[in-house]
Amino acid sequence: MRSDRGPSAPLGLKIAAACGLLFLHLPILLIFVYAFTTEEKSFVWPPPGLTTQWFAVTWNRPDVWEALSLSVRVAAISTAIALVLGTLCAAAVSQTRFFGRETISLLVILPIALPGIITGIALRSAFSLADIPFSFWTIVLGHATFCVVVVYNNAVARFRRTSGSMIEASMDLGADGFQTFRHVVLPNIATALLAGGMLAFALSFDEVIVTTFTAGQQQTVPIWMLEELIRPRQRPVTNVVAMVVVLVTLLPILLAYYLTRDGDQIAGSGK
Amino acid sequence: MTSAVSFQKVSRHFGSVRAVDAVDLDIAPGEFFAMLGPSGSGKTTCLRLIAGFEQPTAGSISIFGERAEGVPPYRRNVNTVFQDYALFPHLNVLDNVAYGLMVKGIGKLARQKAAEEALSLVRLPGYGARRPGQLSGGQRQRVALARALVNQPKVLLLDEPLGALDLKLRENMQDELKSLQKALGITFVFVTHDQGEALSMADRVAVFNDGKIMQIGTPEDIYQRPKTRFVADFVGSSNVLPPDFVQRYSGQHRWGSLRPESIRVGRGAKGDGVAARLVSTNYLGATTRLALDADGLRLHAIVPAGTAMPEEGEAVVLTFNREHLHLMDEPT
Repeated sequence: MRSDRGPSAPLGLKIAAACGLLFLHLPILLIFVYAFTTEEKSFVWPPPGLTTQWFAVTWNRPDVWEALSLSVRVAAISTAIALVLGTLCAAAVSQTRFFGRETISLLVILPIALPGIITGIALRSAFSLADIPFSFWTIVLGHATFCVVVVYNNAVARFRRTSGSMIEASMDLGADGFQTFRHVVLPNIATALLAGGMLAFALSFDEVIVTTFTAGQQQTVPIWMLEELIRPRQRPVTNVVAMVVVLVTLLPILLAYYLTRDGDQIAGSGK
Repeated sequence: MTSAVSFQKVSRHFGSVRAVDAVDLDIAPGEFFAMLGPSGSGKTTCLRLIAGFEQPTAGSISIFGERAEGVPPYRRNVNTVFQDYALFPHLNVLDNVAYGLMVKGIGKLARQKAAEEALSLVRLPGYGARRPGQLSGGQRQRVALARALVNQPKVLLLDEPLGALDLKLRENMQDELKSLQKALGITFVFVTHDQGEALSMADRVAVFNDGKIMQIGTPEDIYQRPKTRFVADFVGSSNVLPPDFVQRYSGQHRWGSLRPESIRVGRGAKGDGVAARLVSTNYLGATTRLALDADGLRLHAIVPAGTAMPEEGEAVVLTFNREHLHLMDEPT
């Protein structure tokens, strides 16, 4: 299915499209370039010289490792919580009818519709009211509120496309609830969960606002970066971290893209 | 003899709706049993009660003598062919058919061999590697059948299995299902809203309406001797005759039914018979269906094609053999 079979687009449109793409992606390239600059106090263009020393410097900075490890742990646990709760909620809403179903569906989606600052303030006051000290787990809870939504949305869409009689067919053929989940439900929603999980992980990884309100002394990667920009010391370290983050998140997203694309072909062939 | 399936005063209510209302039913082992009725008459709910997807609100169900209330679907030796087939899109045909054996923990080689055999049984040998999405409707139907039969169920439930097929395929499948059932000797319980299908395939038919069974009997019973106006009308669209009309011919003040093919239509305004007027004719191929108006009473007659036909609007005389006038039990 190639789109270049049709009539060629006018030159003006091509240039406009190229400009749009450049506007989106050139700043990211700039970040990469500044990771190699020899100037450490401010970002000057063009870079006075090129060096790879910042990679070694970054490697030896314990605060980078702490932030990175915290972010990965928070994102992983929030995503895990979201996968379980989001899937269960999606299954309940799409497979059964009960009083207040629509309301629950709306309430689950609400955290992502609300501005992060509202969620943040709400959680912060709730935590202080309940005398819960700010910790790793308060960040995880804050992130889980919006991670659940992403997983839920993906799972609900897939459940709606999955025929309800398939679950009955599985039970009819002798599979108990667990076997049915493992052999029928999970394979049918796996790619949706993978895509939802990836998105949830990425959302959690670069979250700033909710984290600011729910964190104690800890710094996740985005918050560490903000702090780092204020301080004029070893500036290119921030760029090295940014570059690593881009590469590390791009790979799973590409992977998820290819996996869900194949999955959709399988799901599509079942119709 | 123990019944294959037995319902005692079984009811299933959804809120205030009585989907199944105090149904008594006995299905004999090895019987091809059809549940016939319009949509919403409770026939599918009865099937789901046997399968275990629904639990009765009241009454008791037993399957081969064992009480079935509270037994989940996966512990019943009963399998279902679903209306939409419900094949697993992520598995190929062979794994679909072998699914029941797989969850029972039967080894890969043994279950694949059994699945191949089941596929041969439904005349789809060598289709194992395909995906359900690559099959036609008729082929999917056969896969669904093989997937149920491979478990050697004591009772096979079929929920409008032919509904989605086109006419030609449906007729072929009717013959095939019938011969398959004879060869295997398994009890088949078949739900349909198509009276032709029920009459041509089943050993016995239960006619459902409003959650109740109106009549149970052989196809001939149901067709020739309907007990109620509903059965007479629903099965083969018989002419339902009011008591006053019936009294003139039988001497009894009861509801009667007269098959459209029992009515002979003669030309002319006079004669020994019922005076009527021809309203319209419908050419059906082998037969022609006539709509008649006998002094306000709407009647239908079916005559062989090629019969000399009166003009629409013309006066006619209707005659019938009085033996063909069936008197119904329904109170007047």
